[in-house]
Amino acid sequence: MQPIISVSNLTKTYASGFKALNGINLDIQRGEIFALLGPNGAGKTTLISIICGIANLSAGKVEVGGHDINADYRVARSLIGLVPQELHTDAFESVWATVSFSRGLFGKPKNPAHIEKVLKDLSLWDKKDNKIITLSGGMKRRVMIAKALSHEPQILFLDEPTAGVDVELRKGMWEVVRQLRENGVTVILTTHYIEEAEEMADRIGVINKGEIILVEEKAKLMQKLGRKQLKLHLQGRLDTLPATLAPYHLELTEDGKELIYTYDTQSERTGITTLLSDLRDADIRFKDLSTTQSSLEEIFVNLVRTGA
Amino acid sequence: MNFSAVRAIYLFEMARTWRTLLQSVVSPVISTSLYFVVFGAAIGSRISEIQGVSYGTFIVPGLVMLSVLTQSISNASFGIYFPKFVGTIYEVLSAPVSYVEIVLGYVGAAATKSVILGLIILGTAGLFVPLHIHHPLWMLAFLVLTAVTFSLFGFIIGIWADNFEKLQAIPLLVVTPLTFLGGSFYSVNMLPSPWRTITLFNPVVYLISGFRWSFYEISDVSPAVSVGITFGFLAVCMIVVWWIFKTGYRLKN
Repeated sequence: MQPIISVSNLTKTYASGFKALNGINLDIQRGEIFALLGPNGAGKTTLISIICGIANLSAGKVEVGGHDINADYRVARSLIGLVPQELHTDAFESVWATVSFSRGLFGKPKNPAHIEKVLKDLSLWDKKDNKIITLSGGMKRRVMIAKALSHEPQILFLDEPTAGVDVELRKGMWEVVRQLRENGVTVILTTHYIEEAEEMADRIGVINKGEIILVEEKAKLMQKLGRKQLKLHLQGRLDTLPATLAPYHLELTEDGKELIYTYDTQSERTGITTLLSDLRDADIRFKDLSTTQSSLEEIFVNLVRTGA
Repeated sequence: MNFSAVRAIYLFEMARTWRTLLQSVVSPVISTSLYFVVFGAAIGSRISEIQGVSYGTFIVPGLVMLSVLTQSISNASFGIYFPKFVGTIYEVLSAPVSYVEIVLGYVGAAATKSVILGLIILGTAGLFVPLHIHHPLWMLAFLVLTAVTFSLFGFIIGIWADNFEKLQAIPLLVVTPLTFLGGSFYSVNMLPSPWRTITLFNPVVYLISGFRWSFYEISDVSPAVSVGITFGFLAVCMIVVWWIFKTGYRLKN
C-alpha cells in the first residue's frame, strides 16, 4: 500500500548553519499511530514543521497522500491537521469562533454539526461560548486539537500532545486518539513520554541529532531490543558467588538475598535451564523467582546513548 | 482560489476591529476632532483663504489622509504581527492557502477598516466646516487606493518587525513626519523655494494633493501624477510581499 506520508532524503539546514535534519527517510502508513521519539533538539518538531508547511526544506522531498508538499501544497495541506507543541491560541475569541475559523481557513464549507461533534468529543461543548483566555492549559490544548480536527483531516500531527498535562487528561487524550484511528485517521505523535508511545503506538521511530536511528513496530522493537531479567529470591544469604557461576555474569544484591540474571530473549539459548541446574549443583536454593522485561524507556535511553 | 479562507481571515480581522472599537475608531475620530478645533477653528480663523478655500475646509482632505495612512499601517502591521508574536501564525502557514489569499484577507480587512474610518472622519469634519465634494467617486477611489496601498505597506512592516519597538518605529519615525510635512496643513506653494522642491520627493504630498483635488479641484501637483505615484508605491509593495512569501522571510525559517 502506498504510504500516506513519504519523506525522502530530507535535509534541513538553518541559516545559522545548524543542520537540524540530515537525510531523513520515513514512510508513514495509512491508518497507523506512529510515535516519533527523541531527546530535546533531536529534530522532531522541525520534521513536523516541514511536512506541515511551516518551515521550508533545504533538500529532499516530502509527499503527503501522493502530493508533493511544495508543488501541490493545497491538496497536501488540506489532508493534515496539526497540533503544535506550544499552546498557541487566540485570546479573545470564543472556542466556537476559533474552531469555526480553522475550518474556514482550510476551505471547508460550514458544518456546525461537525464542529459540535468535535467539541463534544473533546468535552469542550459546555465551553463553546467561553473566551479562550479564560480556559485552563489542558482545555486550551483540547481547543487546539479541536481546531486541527475541524476540517476533517486524514492525518493528525500531535507534537507533544500531553506535555504538562495531568494524568487524567492524558488518559482522555489517548482515548481520543484511539477513536480517531478507528475512524481511519493516521496519527503521528511526538513525545518524551515513552509510556505514551508504549501505550498507543503501532510503530515507533527514534530520531536523534537529525537522523532517524530506527523505525520498527512497537512489539518487534521491544522484542528485539528488550532484555529480560530473571530475579531469584534466595532462601539464605549469600556473601560471594561460587566460581562455577562466573560465566553467567550474575549480579548479587547488596543484602545478599537476591540474584539477578540478565539474558537476551532473542538468543537461541537463554541459559536459564543450565543456570538453574548449576545453582542446584552449587547448593544455592531459592524460594521464588520473577522475570521483568525492559521498558521502552530503557531501550530508548540505550539507543540514544550508544548514538547508533 | 480558497475563498473560504480569505473570508475566514477577513472576518476574523474585522471581528478584532469591533472588539477594539474604542482603539480602532473612536480614538482617531477624537484626535481628528482636536485638530479641527485647534487648526481649523482657533488658528484657522486667522489664516487667509488658500486658493479660494477657507483654511478650515482646506485641511479636511489632509486630515482624513493623515488618519487613513497611519491607521492603515498600524492596523495591517498589527494584524499580521500579532499572530507571529503569539504563535497562532502556524495555522495560517499550515493551511491550504496561497499568499495571495493571506494578503487579501489581512490587507482587505485593514483597508476596509481604514476606509470606514476615513468616511467617519469626513462625517465628523462636516460637523465643523461646510463640505462640498466635487468628485465624490474620485474621492472614494483615492481613499480606497490609499487604504489598500498603505495597508499592504503595513503588512510588510508587520512581517519585518520582530519586536514591538520595530513595529512602532517606521510609523513613528518615517510615516508621521512624512504625513505632517506632506501638506496636510498647508499648500506646498506656501513653502519657501528650496523646500518646495525638496518636498516633492515626499510621496505623501501626491496622495494628499490628489485627494484634495477630488474635493476642491485645487492641487499642488496634477491628479494624474498623484494616481501614478500611488500605483507605483502599490506595485513596489506588491513585489516586496511576493518576495516575502517566495522566500518565507520572517515567516518560515
